[in-house]
Amino acid sequence: MVSQAVTIVLLLAGAGFFLAGTLGLLRFPDVYTRLHSLTKADNVGLGLMAAGLAVQAESWAAIGKIALIWLLVLLASATGAHLVARSALRKGIKPWTL
Amino acid sequence: MDVMSLAANWTFDGLLALALLWVGWRVLASTNLFKGIVFFIAFGLLVALSWVRLEAPDVALAEAAIGAGLTGALLLAALSRLRRRQDSAQASDQPLDAETSRTARLSLGTQALLIVFSAVLFVCLGTAFLSLPPLTPGLGPQVAEQLSASGVTNPVTAVLLNFRAYDTLLEMGVLFLALVAVWSLSPAPAQLVTAPGSILISFVRVLVPIVVLAATYLLWIGAYAPGGAFQAGAVLAAAVVLILLAGENTMPAGSTWPLRATLSLGLGVFVAVGMSLMGMGRSFLDFPTDQAGNLILLIEVAATVSIGVTLAALFLGGQPQRGSPK
Repeated sequence: MVSQAVTIVLLLAGAGFFLAGTLGLLRFPDVYTRLHSLTKADNVGLGLMAAGLAVQAESWAAIGKIALIWLLVLLASATGAHLVARSALRKGIKPWTL
Repeated sequence: MDVMSLAANWTFDGLLALALLWVGWRVLASTNLFKGIVFFIAFGLLVALSWVRLEAPDVALAEAAIGAGLTGALLLAALSRLRRRQDSAQASDQPLDAETSRTARLSLGTQALLIVFSAVLFVCLGTAFLSLPPLTPGLGPQVAEQLSASGVTNPVTAVLLNFRAYDTLLEMGVLFLALVAVWSLSPAPAQLVTAPGSILISFVRVLVPIVVLAATYLLWIGAYAPGGAFQAGAVLAAAVVLILLAGENTMPAGSTWPLRATLSLGLGVFVAVGMSLMGMGRSFLDFPTDQAGNLILLIEVAATVSIGVTLAALFLGGQPQRGSPK
């Protein structure tokens, strides 16, 4: 019962990050700020979801797999965000300022 | 199944079906080619998810790896080549509107023809679908009956590599011919990437061993569970594509025969196994039950390597030149 409650809280928190990240992706002014909001969903949002699912996992091996998925996405999303930002900078897109 | 989870299932599947239709429409309708490709990749991932919902994890794996992943990479590579050609054409004052031609309108006659054709196709498919008996056992029971003689315990692999090995052999042939066609059209671009950057390079260094491990796992597990040569080959190809993108793309200065041998290994081993069985007085690709597992593994190992390298070579989009960047 407690584990179910923990899972629900973690999944909802993760979904919150995904929602906020998507909102930022749609509403933020330029490519750099949009990347910033997108990586929050990828990193923290997915991390919370993975934690929520790990609570329900039946074995340590399953927890390991979930953790591995999260770590790989972390690595890939950070690299991807870096590549997009780098390519945008090279094309001469100026970061948004007030 | 209780009402709550039934409702949840229906909601999820309904949203998935609607998303498929919407994303599919965006793939076809977007006038920006880059946007179209991104939607195509998203479409592939949704299709993979649909296969998971239909409890066909083998197809889901293949769709995610080949349909969404590699085809997406192929399309993006093709787009960047189109743009490069466009740039050089513009430099010489020759308009080459590959990018804008998607907005060109078809003539009314062509449109009417397409609409009629689509309507006829829709009616035919709908009739065929509705005339199906609601529940048929299909060929599943027959496969299950013969599974013990196939040398593997995963029914999908049993069908692909034993009962219908001919089909898989021909698929390998198609892949090989596709590469021959690409090679005969043009040499590989002299430079694939400009200055990949240290972060991408260290990312690739971390990822490639993991990807190769995953491909090997998929190949090995194919005998018992979802996986197999095509999925493993596609994952392997992803590793090679990553290496190419990280700028590690110079061919050794010697001859290209090691590459050619690797490309034809899968088809060669497949045919050799089939022929040697004929030499032993059996039919082509008619595996003896006690050796079937080993023969399937042998064919799959060779096929995985060839599929991986072939798909990556297709991504390269031309014949690598001797001694020049691969």
